[in-house]
Amino acid sequence: MFLLKLLSRNAFRHRLRTLLTILGITVALLAFGLLQTVVSAWYAGANASSSTRLVSRNAISLTFSLPIAYRERIRRIEGVEAVSYANWFGGVYVTEKNFFPSFAIDPKSYLALYPEYVLAPDEKRAFLLDRKGCVVGKRLAERFGWKVGDTIPLKGTIFPGTWEFVVRGIYSGAEKSTDESQFFFQWEYLNESLRKTAPRRADQIGVYIIGLKNPQAAAEVSVAVDSSFKNSLAETLTETEKAFQLSFISMTEAIVVAIRIVSFVVIIIIMVVVANTMAMTARERIGEYAIFKAMGFQAHHIAGMVFGESLFIATMGGFLGILLTFPVASKFGKVMGNFFPVFQVERSTLYMDLAFCLIVGIVAGIFPTWRAVRIKVADGMRRVG
Amino acid sequence: MPASTQQPVIVTISAVSKSYQRGNQPIPVLEGISFEIVRGEFLALMGPSGSGKSTLLNLIAGIDTVDSGSIVIDGVDIATLNDSGLARWRAAHVGFIFQFYNLIPVLTAYENVELPLLLTSLSRRERREHVEAALAVVSLADRMEHYPSQLSGGQQQRVAIARAIVTDPTILVADEPTGDLDRVSAGEILGLMSRLNAERGKTIIMVTHDPRAAEKAHVIRQLEKGLLNDVSP
Repeated sequence: MFLLKLLSRNAFRHRLRTLLTILGITVALLAFGLLQTVVSAWYAGANASSSTRLVSRNAISLTFSLPIAYRERIRRIEGVEAVSYANWFGGVYVTEKNFFPSFAIDPKSYLALYPEYVLAPDEKRAFLLDRKGCVVGKRLAERFGWKVGDTIPLKGTIFPGTWEFVVRGIYSGAEKSTDESQFFFQWEYLNESLRKTAPRRADQIGVYIIGLKNPQAAAEVSVAVDSSFKNSLAETLTETEKAFQLSFISMTEAIVVAIRIVSFVVIIIIMVVVANTMAMTARERIGEYAIFKAMGFQAHHIAGMVFGESLFIATMGGFLGILLTFPVASKFGKVMGNFFPVFQVERSTLYMDLAFCLIVGIVAGIFPTWRAVRIKVADGMRRVG
Repeated sequence: MPASTQQPVIVTISAVSKSYQRGNQPIPVLEGISFEIVRGEFLALMGPSGSGKSTLLNLIAGIDTVDSGSIVIDGVDIATLNDSGLARWRAAHVGFIFQFYNLIPVLTAYENVELPLLLTSLSRRERREHVEAALAVVSLADRMEHYPSQLSGGQQQRVAIARAIVTDPTILVADEPTGDLDRVSAGEILGLMSRLNAERGKTIIMVTHDPRAAEKAHVIRQLEKGLLNDVSP
């Protein structure tokens, strides 16, 4: 109790210096938390993916399509429970700034494979019955103020023209990590139009989504699917949904690595700043530590005082940083919603924050403690006065 | 209570030598010092700057170690103790009074006096009793919640004296206790130390330059160039 009182009073002996140090730690932890959350957001799609789903695409590239006729053959492969498909539509709303993920899907099978998109039963029914209907994520609807019944014109970037859809439902995510910024409409609507305007592009899909009976059999089923279309005009590449999502991230991996490095550099910088503060503090108090020693206080008492103060300052800044991470991340997530549909501070980030503020406190205290403990009483006394 | 020859010897200093290194050059500070201090004695160590009096005080107080010779205090040869043993011994047997008071500025007078008691097994209530008693001895019971910066130099030194006596140590060592005080405050402090010696039988070893301070002592020992010159009763 006495030690705590002494630590807290000592910590604020140079109020401005301590407050600036705490502020520095707060900002560093906040920056670290945000950068880590950006990295998590990058991986949100992969983390939200299901182990019961496979994704099969054209083996050459994702930009190449697969024939719709593959569906039945895939369905017959052992271990496959359900098959759905989707086409990346790439539409924009009014201007190109208003970009969001839009997919042409087979509604019934797709929604069955993605139970995390929660839709009211009557809205689902309305969507299935309306060929020009669409369902949109809650976040997307909020962004543009869309309501059920609204007609939404999308400008096609891959499929030219203006496409009109009627909002038949607004889905919400079953999990916090579910992306609520997507736009789904009926693949039939797209295909019918293509049959008329670009027949060579009709009856093609971008990816098959394969529901597995047993997630353990993912590897076998993948091999079986790809073997079925070996040496065909459109060979497939089948992988788990997570691997499929990660393949997108790998395209931008250098950025993710850079963000990670910067986040750790921030921690190292603040560690040096706190170490400097503690070194100054210890230097100023060498005489006092000598007095304590003269009175009979021993090395572990002195170490407790210096380490304790260092940890006290680091944890104060750390807790403030952690507390501020939530509102700042929420604000950041809203502003950057177009880029990061899921932007949440993960528990692992908080654990890292806590670990780092402890590490900063301990590392910053090592050298000053070493100095304070080693000082000879008679030498330390000469510095008093 | 002036020390008498009937009182037992409490400090025996035998052939103590001490030197410091300056580069590769050893600088002798004390050479073959031997003398005794009896219980209840008020000893003043005097001498010019650099004569070795503060070094001798540090050796007696166990905050520095001898190169050769021995210092036996209350039956314990302190030269044989290791660092932590010496720290424990100091906590139990030595009370320090410094020239610049050396109070901890972030602690109140009460908390400063309580510090040495934190190393004992006393309960909080017992500590309170001891601290209040010590502050009463130095007539600062009404200032116990004041911080050092809220006290005058003389009052701070009185708090330092309360801190020095609160554990009831075997010896009190004082290094220029009046060196930073005006004449009136210095007189008060010397009066207080004399009372502690006379009424409570405290053995006091004081380093001073001030002849008026030395007048309060029963014994004055002069040091010059590391050698003990003279004893004046």
